[in-house]
Amino acid sequence: MKKVYSRIESITGNVIAVKAEGVAYGELAEVRTRFGASLAEVIRLSDDLVSLQVFAGGRGISTGDEVRFLGHPMKVSFSDSLMGRIFDGAGEPRDKGPTLDENLITIGGPSVNPAKRIIPKEMIRTGIPMIDLFNTLVKSQKLPIFSVSGEPYNELLARIAMQAEVDIIVLGGMGLKYDDYLSFKDALESGGAMSKTIMFVHTASDPVVECLMVPDISLAVAERFALKGKNVLVLLTDMTNFSDAMKEIAITQEQVPSNRGYPGDLYSQLASRYEKAVDFEGSGSITILAVTTMPGDDVTHPVPDNTGYITEGQFYLKNGRIEPFGSLSRLKQMVNGKTRSDHRAIMDGMIKLYAAYKDTLEKKSMGFQMSAWDGKLLKYGEKFEKGMMDLSVNIPLEQALDRGWEILADCFERQETGLQTKLVDQYWPKKTA
Amino acid sequence: MTATKGRVTGVNGNMVTVRVDGPVYMNEVAYIENQGRSLKSEIIRVRGDSVQLQVFELTKGIKVDDPVSFSGELLAVELGPGLLGQIYDGLQNPLPEVAEKTGYFLEPGVYLEALPRKTRWAFTPVAKAGDVVRRSDTLGTVPEGSFTHRIMVPFNLYGDLTVKSVAKAGEYEVTDQVAELVDSEGVVHKVTMLFQWPVKRAVDCYAERLKPTEPMVTHVRLIDTFFPVAKGGTYCIPGPFGAGKTVLQQITSRHADVDIVIIAACGERAGEVVETLKEFPELLDPRTGRSLMERTIIVCNTSSMPVAAREASVYTAVTMAEYYRQMGLDVLLLADSTSRWAQAMREMSGRLEEIPGEEAFPAYLESVIASFYERAGIVRLADGSTGSVTVGGTVSPAGGNFEEPVTQATLKVVGAFHGLSRERSDARKYPAIHPLDSWSKYGGIIAHDIVSYAHGFLFRGSEVGQMMKVVGEEGTSLDDFAVYLKGELLDAVYLQQNSFDPVDAAVSPERQKRVFGLVLAVLGTAFRLKDKDEARSYFNRVRQLFIDLNGAEWNTPRFAEVESALRAAVAERSEGLEPVAARHIETLER
Ligand SMILES: Nc1ncnc2c1ncn2[C@@H]1O[C@H](COP(=O)(O)OP(=O)(O)OP(=O)(O)O)[C@@H](O)[C@H]1O
Ligand SMILES: [Mg+2]
Repeated sequence: MKKVYSRIESITGNVIAVKAEGVAYGELAEVRTRFGASLAEVIRLSDDLVSLQVFAGGRGISTGDEVRFLGHPMKVSFSDSLMGRIFDGAGEPRDKGPTLDENLITIGGPSVNPAKRIIPKEMIRTGIPMIDLFNTLVKSQKLPIFSVSGEPYNELLARIAMQAEVDIIVLGGMGLKYDDYLSFKDALESGGAMSKTIMFVHTASDPVVECLMVPDISLAVAERFALKGKNVLVLLTDMTNFSDAMKEIAITQEQVPSNRGYPGDLYSQLASRYEKAVDFEGSGSITILAVTTMPGDDVTHPVPDNTGYITEGQFYLKNGRIEPFGSLSRLKQMVNGKTRSDHRAIMDGMIKLYAAYKDTLEKKSMGFQMSAWDGKLLKYGEKFEKGMMDLSVNIPLEQALDRGWEILADCFERQETGLQTKLVDQYWPKKTA
Repeated sequence: MTATKGRVTGVNGNMVTVRVDGPVYMNEVAYIENQGRSLKSEIIRVRGDSVQLQVFELTKGIKVDDPVSFSGELLAVELGPGLLGQIYDGLQNPLPEVAEKTGYFLEPGVYLEALPRKTRWAFTPVAKAGDVVRRSDTLGTVPEGSFTHRIMVPFNLYGDLTVKSVAKAGEYEVTDQVAELVDSEGVVHKVTMLFQWPVKRAVDCYAERLKPTEPMVTHVRLIDTFFPVAKGGTYCIPGPFGAGKTVLQQITSRHADVDIVIIAACGERAGEVVETLKEFPELLDPRTGRSLMERTIIVCNTSSMPVAAREASVYTAVTMAEYYRQMGLDVLLLADSTSRWAQAMREMSGRLEEIPGEEAFPAYLESVIASFYERAGIVRLADGSTGSVTVGGTVSPAGGNFEEPVTQATLKVVGAFHGLSRERSDARKYPAIHPLDSWSKYGGIIAHDIVSYAHGFLFRGSEVGQMMKVVGEEGTSLDDFAVYLKGELLDAVYLQQNSFDPVDAAVSPERQKRVFGLVLAVLGTAFRLKDKDEARSYFNRVRQLFIDLNGAEWNTPRFAEVESALRAAVAERSEGLEPVAARHIETLER
């Protein structure tokens, strides 16, 4: 029988301390306050003084409240009954469904042995040319969407989730606006994807400590499904809120901040989550797509900066479009050599021409003279933005490649494209040839 | 284990406080007993009977009062034949063997022997009974891959030792006795092929340290010609994320002209290590015709592996490098990324509540970085042969801004600086080493004054380029415009190198000199050009010829053909070659 402690020694922010014995680091406890019960996690041991981080926050906790240690670390139930369900950051149902407590698994487990990983080799199709054609998403990749608030990043996530051919979608929401949470739900329901989706959602009005649990819970569940041979797509939005929750807690605990208030282990904390992306040899996989909003659209801000050092590229969503510059899928070359023979050439060629178009735009804005070539580029740039970059475009890769050739043929002579003669001969649209 | 016992009194992240009942050493290895596991840790602070440990594992589950035992040893690695081709974690656990034991995940508390015990090595004795030997002297040899692996007097047996016996030629396991040595006190030491050495102590058994002068050829033009690295030297590659640090190190690990490469993947992506460890066994080392893996050791403590072992990983790697150096070999250590190691130090310093320095890094950051790079060097060994350890580290500065503590501390101690720029990597100008910011204190394959003549064009070309942004092409003189085009040409055809092209990926020094001579001819020539349009299209033609040349295999008719086409194209519009350039070309061709 676990002992109940009813004297809380100190309360600082979300952290309480009690005198107790036989408690393990990382163990979970239940704190009963007059507002109800909350989980709490042991974050420090010092002789018989145990510090706990209370999920529901420190507000309203009385020094006489009861603390009961549960004898195990944070766990989440894992079974097929998770499908279609919605939980909060503490793993409690947010929908009307029953609480699940069968087959509990520990979260935040050890990392995968690098020797057991395999080289990623399968493309994930999204129907978005800026991804499929120019920065292909690869199974087991970890990729953030860099954006600023106001941009349709959650819509983009939902859309990729519905188009991607994956077995299971796990959505981890952190500091999500309630409206955004509802629109996610609606999108997945109306898209018929809800039955293969599991949601762990922390909304902006929920206690900040619960925000911290979301990535670990989501990824622990994803990992189990992946080990059962499923291909899982994990969507995390917004990792900046997660980092800010860490910052808030670090500061109330008087940790020395390293950069703009963020704790010195921000990199390790983010990495230990993102590195859960994996393709298990002989089993399933985890792909992570995360949103990182950049305060002040500043990519050198500690959160996007540390993220960029961890992930395998990034999609840069700006003005409602995935920007070709700044976006990069570092794994694309693992897959785009075996899609269609013109994939790499179109990818490079069209981007080079788009860059030339940008230069021309700049020259134009400075009042320099426009040559005939500049005129062609201006036409091209417009067509490229409309036919490829616009997020409403939803076509398979092959069709996007065909469209690429059409745009080129509309704007340029064959030799002006800088593409290999062999490919031009094979793919140049017949009608204009 | 020593007689000292301890009990856990506190846990804070990966730092555990322990009360002890006897003597302990600073940096001694300790084990925390928890739920049937022994968790490896290191003593990092001692205060009376209270000591603080950094734990090389997740600390979840540790309780106050858990027993702690002490090894009496500092954190050490196993040295002996069989290190080559291995894939280790930061504490020298062989990861493929760990996987056999624990499956997909790295379970805490699993430690395996670093060197395979059952392999039998063909030993040939060198020393004989009665010889007087000192540490690191050769007792015998075994073949390891294409190397003659010296079985040496263990580095921790100090003083003069008399050989009592040496095993006769035959096959032995690493733990079999191969010699008996008697020290001055008359104590007999049984020596095996395997011994241990503490990772944080530099191996110091050599006659003298030499000045690094001989270039360590990387086959990357921008490095070998412009910013060379010497054997036994040090260099760093700072750069923002995605600028190409890892790719540059991967290229170097394949093509560098050294005997052995040790890759320390420190706090970076696991996926990148996987690429290396799946690809290297398939690739051939052009020097030996054997698999590249046979000259490589991978030490990986990737970003999601426990942070404390990250710090250990760079020391584990450099110690193994020094071991092979003692055999008269040239070893290259590539560490990616030293910033992650510095961050690991910062995390621990925060937990120890030390007074923080800039960006919360500890005050000793600089001295720790300096003493790490100091372990590089070229040395003359007791038998007169030389061996070297070259160290190249990447740095991942926050926000890509080099004015931060780790980059600055590193720049103070390294001999070459290959700074990657976002601007160049965005423009896909690879390798994205910035040609105006980077520097090297070493001599390269081409004399300094010749290189700096060419470098001048980069500098002046970039000045003209800047000016042109303001005044437009219209406001630039034809002469200035030509300088600009020459600078751009040098960049496009010599600095940039296509690492995915089978020919261009690795360029021999001989070929670099030849192509550099051709580039000099273009740079030094005054061309007859009517106007800017003509200049541009002429330089485009020359550039195309150079690109074709870069794709043509060395010493083939195709190379000769493109080369003469190039020379003809230059002659066609030449109004004479500058005398300095002519002199430089002559020197190069000599
Ligand atoms: N020499 C090169 N040739 C072609 N592409 C390159 C080259 N170097 C880098 N790249 C491209 O840039 C991407 C990022 O390179 P790399 O992984 O080396 O960056 P990094 O500087 O190590 O970044 P991080 O700090 O995030 O680890 C690669 O995936 C590749 O697409
Ligand atoms: Mg890298």
